[in-house]
Amino acid sequence: MGFPDELKYTKEHEWARVMNGNEVRIGITDYAQKELGDIVFIDIPSAGTEVEQGNAFGVIESVKAVSDLYSPVTGKISSVNEKLQDAPELVNNDPYGEGWMLSVEMSDSSQLNSLMDTAAYTAYVEEVKKG
Amino acid sequence: MTTNGNPRRTPLYPIHVKLGARIIDFHGWEMPVQYSGIREEHFAVREKAGIFDVCHMGTVGIKGKNALKMVQKVYTGDASPMREGDIHYGLLCNENGGIIDDVTLFKVSEENYFFCVNASNVSKDYDWIKNVIGNDAEAINESETGGIIALQGPLADDILSGVSEGVDLKSIKTFKFDYGRVAGVNAIISRTGYTGERGFEFFFEREKALLIWEEIFKAGVGMGLKPAGLGARDTLRLEMKYTLYGNDIGDSVSPIEACLERYISFDKGDFIGRDALLKEKESGSKRRLAGFRMIDLGIPRQGFEIMIDGMVIGYVTSGGHSFSTENNIGMALVDTRHSVVGTQFFVSVRGKELKAEVVETPFYKRKK
Repeated sequence: MGFPDELKYTKEHEWARVMNGNEVRIGITDYAQKELGDIVFIDIPSAGTEVEQGNAFGVIESVKAVSDLYSPVTGKISSVNEKLQDAPELVNNDPYGEGWMLSVEMSDSSQLNSLMDTAAYTAYVEEVKKG
Repeated sequence: MTTNGNPRRTPLYPIHVKLGARIIDFHGWEMPVQYSGIREEHFAVREKAGIFDVCHMGTVGIKGKNALKMVQKVYTGDASPMREGDIHYGLLCNENGGIIDDVTLFKVSEENYFFCVNASNVSKDYDWIKNVIGNDAEAINESETGGIIALQGPLADDILSGVSEGVDLKSIKTFKFDYGRVAGVNAIISRTGYTGERGFEFFFEREKALLIWEEIFKAGVGMGLKPAGLGARDTLRLEMKYTLYGNDIGDSVSPIEACLERYISFDKGDFIGRDALLKEKESGSKRRLAGFRMIDLGIPRQGFEIMIDGMVIGYVTSGGHSFSTENNIGMALVDTRHSVVGTQFFVSVRGKELKAEVVETPFYKRKK
């Protein structure tokens, strides 16, 4: 599935897609979902909650592992993907589409510049794989 | 446990690598946790069939004229009514009634029994048995020379019938074994498993493991057979409330606490741990292993505390998501008063108290 060019990436393997205006949609990368394995639960806060760049906003659980989710940007959650509550496997099946997690209204869009582009993230994942 | 500090590998390790398995350290063994994915493997076993490498598990034989007498001494169940080809499930307990291991006992003949034991406990069990029986019988650790593969799921009989000879599979009832050839290899074929599905386990000469796996795989792949790893083994056994040594049971947990009392035969005479267990039976256990379902959204994990009114009343021993029932479920050792079906308590999940309820087990019932 790889790493789509229109996205920005964090070192914790989240992606951010600029939607309209100051809104970004957030999820985890194909690499991350594969590493986690079968995802069985996602705990993310409701709309209206403030999130901060680099801070944990929620938790994702696979059969064997629990991981924190980190926000790529600072802002207020404008919507969450309610489907994930009943079908967390959407993150495995379609990490960049149906498996999106939440949208955030950014308070400072320049933060996007601190995230990795596809080339940088691809190189970063290769480094991580090498251990 | 490791050998010279190196992880151990079963003879099937090359197959796991070839199949792209994710390998983890399991009690010093490099074992496959998953191949295609835990969910997919879980449902393959529930709906079609799965094949498991269990060569890391061990077997310890007790042989000689006094074999039965010595089995009776080290084992909680009553082996005296067993006939050749019978298998019993039971416990090895210490003097305090704590569980040394949970085992299956096979009766080969009047003077030949063997225990199938957990991978992490092979040396411990063998040393303990040898020490207890002294010169009265011979204890033999057959783990290094034997191999074990499990084939589990509703299509297990159909798949095996294509690669077995010299055995009537239908006549092997639950917890019985017979002899035959699997892929041309002499094997003990037992109607046992750890998944709650119909299926078999095979015991054979270790060096034949690759051959047997490949032939079964070839015979079953067209029917939906999948290789299944430790991940699926864990989700499947949890749905059945089958206890796992090191999680739900251990040296400081008694069979009575773990709701395994039916595997203790107090009437058979003395055995190690009997006095302590009898005392516990009479006075009642303080703790019980309860099966519970989450009411609030969240996954219970091993070690999480169980709370009522802000007081800790126990802890989760195993937990996770049940694919078959679509619930989040677990087992917990809790204060006996709070172990009855219908009791509600809270599981402390990373600082949040989430509601759960004690339910009837097994969590999953096999489709007829």
